[in-house]
Amino acid sequence: MDIFSSLYLSRRRLIGAAVALPFTAHAVRAAGALLSFDELYGKFGVLGLEFSDKVKRLAGQEISMKGFMAPPLKAEAQFFVLTEVPMSLCPFCSSDADWPDNIVVVYLGEKQTFVQPRQTIEVRGTLEYGSWTDPETGFVSLLRIRQAEYFAV
Amino acid sequence: MRMLLAAFAATTILAGAAQATTVYPLDRATILAGSPFDFKVELNKQVKPEDVKVTVNGQDYKTVLGGEAQFIELEKGKEDKALGSALLLRGLKISAPGAYKIEVSAGDETKSVTWDVYETAAQPKAKNIIFLLGDGLSVAHRTAARIMSKGMTEGKANGRLNMDDLDHMAFIGASATNAVATDSANTMSAFMTGHKTAVNALGVYADRTPAALDDPRVETFGEAVRRTTKKSIGIVATSEIEDATPAAVVSHTRSRNEKADIVGMLLEVKPEVILGGGSAYFLGKEVAGSKRKDNQDYIKLFQDAGYKLATDKNELAANASADGNLLGLFHTGNMDVTLDREFLKKGTVEKFPNQPGLVEMTKVALDRLSKNPDGFFLMVEGSSIDKMSHPLDWDRAVIDTIEFDKAIGLAREFQKAHPDTLIVVTGDHTHGVSIIGTVDDEKPGTEMREKVGTYAEAGFPNYKDENGDGYPDKVDVSRRLFLSANNGPDHYETFRPKLDGPFVPAVQNEKKEYVANEQYKDVPGAVFVQGNLPKSSESGVHAVDDVVLQSAGPGAEGFHGYMEQSDVYRVLADTFALGAKQTN
Repeated sequence: MDIFSSLYLSRRRLIGAAVALPFTAHAVRAAGALLSFDELYGKFGVLGLEFSDKVKRLAGQEISMKGFMAPPLKAEAQFFVLTEVPMSLCPFCSSDADWPDNIVVVYLGEKQTFVQPRQTIEVRGTLEYGSWTDPETGFVSLLRIRQAEYFAV
Repeated sequence: MRMLLAAFAATTILAGAAQATTVYPLDRATILAGSPFDFKVELNKQVKPEDVKVTVNGQDYKTVLGGEAQFIELEKGKEDKALGSALLLRGLKISAPGAYKIEVSAGDETKSVTWDVYETAAQPKAKNIIFLLGDGLSVAHRTAARIMSKGMTEGKANGRLNMDDLDHMAFIGASATNAVATDSANTMSAFMTGHKTAVNALGVYADRTPAALDDPRVETFGEAVRRTTKKSIGIVATSEIEDATPAAVVSHTRSRNEKADIVGMLLEVKPEVILGGGSAYFLGKEVAGSKRKDNQDYIKLFQDAGYKLATDKNELAANASADGNLLGLFHTGNMDVTLDREFLKKGTVEKFPNQPGLVEMTKVALDRLSKNPDGFFLMVEGSSIDKMSHPLDWDRAVIDTIEFDKAIGLAREFQKAHPDTLIVVTGDHTHGVSIIGTVDDEKPGTEMREKVGTYAEAGFPNYKDENGDGYPDKVDVSRRLFLSANNGPDHYETFRPKLDGPFVPAVQNEKKEYVANEQYKDVPGAVFVQGNLPKSSESGVHAVDDVVLQSAGPGAEGFHGYMEQSDVYRVLADTFALGAKQTN
């Protein structure tokens, strides 16, 4: 286990350093609070979901979340969808797919090459909630991590 | 001779063109007398309006069809591609039954189609119709449901499903206008309009323009019932209520994915009872969980239109015998399947713990609709038979088939007390699945495939139903049915029920190819099954095989032999006398 965690750390530092180059502010970025998928909503209901107190408290702050990358729209893009489980459907490209509630939209600070959807990743960035329509795709999201970077873990 | 040669040349040129001249409704369309529909002609070239000639049975079309079509000089496709001129006449009706030959000519383009306009019996045969559709219901699903629910001794079933005793039967061909294969939208649309259409289309012919909401419309059964009767309408499904099958009762769109628009179409027709999932499309985009792109609050719009709202099992029960219209939404998305909802508590049951089942919803719908002295049309869909067959999760699909059969049982009980009720039970398409024997954990060895028993080695499964609820007490018994798909993506076959949640056979990689989900790789005895579908396929697909339709009650004699799915509508319309002369 020790070996794994040291590998994980060194790999993360390596990728983190490479990504952080154009964004010097990020080089000193703290890990921020860890947020998990089951902490996103305080209440589920037919008439809507309610964000948890933790989400409301952390809005505007640096956070990190672990999850999987949904099959992306393009090989390289400025954003992707972080999911709790590996997605078998591409939410953008399958005609029947709908957006599940256990997703978070991730806007990258800098373009990164995407990873396999089965690879667990950790995303760090600024948490934001509230309705927002992506001007390019028209996709409406309610929960986002902005200025994000991610690492394979 | 010269004319013949000219005609031959024209045909040859047309055959080489990207697309032939098209007339909607298509050739051999069957049209209920008095039922409104849109007439459209799509020409391959841009022509002048005076060059277009349309006759119906040799007369000018305006005389026969009772209106002048709008001339569209140039229709455009994606990226402004020029498609040619078109004629469009919306909402016309033909009251007199018979054959109608439509001949179109414009420059060197010609096209001829013939429609069959039919009337119905003058008097209704039944007061009520209960149309029960098991989405994806295949022969293997029902055989498995019978064996898992009732058991089998020495090769004879220990009991019968409710659907086993419906006395009139037909084989239904379910192909689409654009493919030999079908989807739920296309087939339910054909059941509900009498017109075949294209995959993904509802209540329209699929025209060539990209917009999904402008395609030539045909009347839905829900609209026909509204137009000609005072009967009530009920729609019950375990899927999102905007999903293809329930949507087809009232909707018109080229794309079944326009679910936000479909909610609006539901409100236009105002079925008296609407029960299912899919509240996300009723919520304005500011609300977390919404899937709308606007801020329309359809919950409020329905309430303003007089609907009572129920959001869980208790509220549904409280509304069971109330008057007025009822909107029951029990999940933001598709409702959980019976195995998860009632037994395993997996899927999204933790988030939506108090969802009613199909039987409870059907019961409330029947109680409320039967208050109308003029009768009703109720559509009930066992939605998840299909939704669990796509990911090859056969246990979930079969348990939902048992639940669907229980809803049929309720309908049969209702029919006993109200014999003026027609019951129709069918699927909309099949899946490529068969039962080939059993998997027996007691067989020696660790390799699971060696535990598959075929022929005499299969024996009988050992499911038990000691509490007598009609469901096996557990699905992971030591000797269980082995259902196998004849198509699918790369995946791992585990030979076991998926107790941790619905099966996800394949996931997509960065090349957009679906690869076997390694989550199942280490299940003891799991074997890799190479897919036989393109790598763009994430799950198993619908089969083109005929669907079995069964029926009982007045009007059921209309179902026999082989029928196209569009012919089913005619029997329904005849049962309610929707095309009788006095209604025109």
